[in-house]
This record gives sequence, structure tokens and C-alpha cells, in this order.
Amino acid sequence: MLDRIAHQILEKTQGGEGVVLLGIPTRGQPLAQRLADRIASFAGVRVALGSLDITLYRDDLRTQASRPLGRTVEPEGGVDGKLVILVDDVLFSGRTVRAALDALIDLGRPRVVQLAVLVDRGHRELPIRADYVGKNLPTSAEEQVRVSLAETDGVDEVSIVGVA
Amino acid sequence: MIRHLLSAGDLDAASAVQILDSAEQMDAIQHRLVKKLPALRGRTVVNLFFEDSTRTRSSFEIAGKWLSADVINVSAKGSSVSKGESLRDTALTVAALGVDALVVRHSSSGAVQRITEWVDCHVINAGDGTHEHPTQALLDAFSLRRRLGELTGRHIVIVGDLTHSRVARSNVLLLSTLGAQVTLVAPPTLMPAGVHSWNCTTSWDLDATLAGKVAGDVDAVMMLRVQRERMGSGSSGGRAADVGYFPTEREYAIGYGLSPARLDLLPEHAPVLHPGPMNRGLEISSMAADSGRSLVLDQVRAGVAVRMAVLYHLLAGADEAGSAAAGVTS
Repeated sequence: MLDRIAHQILEKTQGGEGVVLLGIPTRGQPLAQRLADRIASFAGVRVALGSLDITLYRDDLRTQASRPLGRTVEPEGGVDGKLVILVDDVLFSGRTVRAALDALIDLGRPRVVQLAVLVDRGHRELPIRADYVGKNLPTSAEEQVRVSLAETDGVDEVSIVGVA
Repeated sequence: MIRHLLSAGDLDAASAVQILDSAEQMDAIQHRLVKKLPALRGRTVVNLFFEDSTRTRSSFEIAGKWLSADVINVSAKGSSVSKGESLRDTALTVAALGVDALVVRHSSSGAVQRITEWVDCHVINAGDGTHEHPTQALLDAFSLRRRLGELTGRHIVIVGDLTHSRVARSNVLLLSTLGAQVTLVAPPTLMPAGVHSWNCTTSWDLDATLAGKVAGDVDAVMMLRVQRERMGSGSSGGRAADVGYFPTEREYAIGYGLSPARLDLLPEHAPVLHPGPMNRGLEISSMAADSGRSLVLDQVRAGVAVRMAVLYHLLAGADEAGSAAAGVTS
């Protein structure tokens, strides 16, 4: 799946020129790393890599217990004038992406912003769509989609957890 | 997370580490073009200062503003306090304006604790008398952790006017929570009463302690301010009962000041801290204060990040009391 996304990115961005991959913690980060590795091996291009924590930009801060913060690492060369691709594991309501867009704008002014996700499970609550999708996964809103990655969970796996 | 931050002892190891980790992320904002995070948008924080302060008040103010909270400063001078309003009335009045958090400094130990009994909002202790100053301890731990790595098993020496120091008490509590070993050094007259019940070792001999002969090798030394207003000679300030802790400033500097010679006793890796304001030539020599091992300015810089983390963790989450009252369970 990631191979295909990497190829699509190369295709759509004409060889990965000026591309910056920003992973959204926790699992977008290793995914962005893997995409960068694949792009490097397919096209020999080293794209800039960073991470973008969105905790402080969430719209549900007031209703949830305070959460620990993730790491924000500004990519080498910044984001100004770049083609930034946000990378996350699951696209659901779109609220995380909305927060990420706000967080990104505080870092600078990218030329273009795109979105890559491993799984799109539908049920959008905001006018947001992904540019690169690993797999569309039709789900019911009550189910949970859990992505596990070797880097964070010891195993690569996507599972749908139903609610009893 | 806790509702108020009154004492460094309110924090267990996990919450202390969480605040320090968050502060690490907050610190990154200082290098940004847009120094603004939206986490506390629409929240109001009041700095209620009954005692003078530059760095604590301004860093709380910056911390609140960088998190997008509205910050208002109220100081005793120029407020109704100077017209004789009581602590309770002042606190209730300010709270009645609809604030989400009060950051309070007061010259009486326990005053901040009292305020929590009267108001509904979050209360943060920004220094109460000779009792505690928890955010100072957090920023000291933050600076130490940056220089030394994890603090577990580290040996920190705190030197100076311990009797009157709220910084010392908060630091002993927090550093021992974080697994560090603390040694307090002061002349017998400046050793707090009841210090044997604190989680630390004590000594009257600074040279031996710095050389590692009292409680093992030293990883950092923190010099505390001698409060000149409480001294026996050379000053007319201070109450009579506070006077006479040591004969002369010069004698104190010789016995307990961090001189260049004492700096050399420290291991190469050990930094020097001071919460400020410094009395150069008294508790700390300029050589020590301006050396590459001095973390004094790092401490000030850390103040903003640490206070941002404290405000975030206290204010950003769901208000447990509020949601319980509204019958919300999540």
C-alpha cells in the first residue's frame, strides 16, 4: 500500500521536487518515515521529513482530559513555499486534519498542502478529503479502526474493532 | 491532572515528568515566527501578586499569552489592597470577574492555600512566604534535566538561606519525587527547623560537600539568595527577630559563597544554578555566575516553557469539578 502511495506522490509531484512529508504523531510519524524511505529507493530523491503535533490545536481540548504532547519537528528547510504532504494513519471525522492545517500555518506558508492516509474509513464531519489513500475501509461510525505499526506497536496490522 | 498547583509535593513522579516533557515541546515555540498556540483560547488567567516580582510574573504572563489565554495582572500596589481590602475579599472579587485561573504570590505562607478554599477556579502558587514556589522547582528540574539527562540517582546540592527559602522546600520535594538525592548546606542558623523530616541530607560544611566527602559526588549545585533584608549588619530592614543569622556579609561569603576556588572543587559536568536575583560577591561570585557552567539564564528561559506546561495541564483538560456537576461522565 505504501509502495503505491509513494509512487503516486512521485507521479503527482513530478519527481518529488520541494516535497516535505509531515507525519502527525503518533502513527503518522513512522508512516512518513517509511514513505520517505520508499521515495528515496524508487527515485533516489531525499524528501524533507518532519512531524507535526496537533494536540494544542484540537477542538476537543475542553471536553477531554489534558493529553501529553507529541513532538513537533520542523523539517529541514522549513515549510515556506514547499509542497507539504500531511501523513496520518486513519482519516475519520477530518478534525485531526483541520487541527493539523492550523498548526501547519503557524509554522509557515506552504505552497501546496496535500494529505496522505493509510486508511480512509469515511464518516467525515468536515469538508476534507485525502489526496493519497492506502485503502478505503467502509465502516460503521460505532466501530473503531486500529492501525498498529512495527515502530510503535511491534506489529504491522490494521484491525476493525466492533462495539459489542 | 491536579486541580491546583500549591506545592511541588502535589505532583507525583508521572505528572511531574509529564509537565517537564510538555515543557520541552512548549520550549520549541520560542524559535518560531508565530509564538502563539491556541490551546487556552477563551480562557482568562489573572496574575494576583501581593509581593513584588519580575521574572515570575512576566513569565506567567508570557506563558498565558503564548497559549492564547487572556492574561490580566493585578498587583497589591495600585489595587484595592492598598485601601485595606482583605485577602478573601480581593480573591473573591477577582474570581467573580469570571476567571479560569488565579496565579497568586503572597508574602504569607499558606495564603494561596486559603484562597483555594474560597474560589472555584484553578489556583497556582507563584510563591507564598517562606513556604513553596512549585513552578520554580519545575523550571530548575527542567534546566537540570536538559544539562544532565534523567535526574534519577543524581546528587543536587542546595546552598544558602534555607530558612527563608520557598525555593529550597519546593526543590527538595520535587527533586526527591524525580528520584534525585538532595543535600542542603547552610550555616546552622539558616537551616530550617524540622529539616530532619525532609527527604534530604544536610551539612554545615560547603567545601567538604562540594568535594564529595559528605554525601558522594555532586552533579549540580544550586545557590540561593541571601535575603539582605533579614541580615544582622549593613541593613536596617527586616524585623528584629529576623536579624542576626550571621555576623557579617563577608564572613558568610567566605563560609558559604560559591567562590572560584569552590567552583573548581565541583566535577567538570556539574552546572551551577541560582533562582535569582543574585547577590554577586555574596552567595555567588561573578566568576561562577558568568561561567559556562552557570544555568542562570537557562532557568529564566525555562520559566516560560514550564509555566506554559503547567497552565496547559491544569486548564486545558475537562474541568473535573465542572463536568461532574453537569453530570458528564467521560
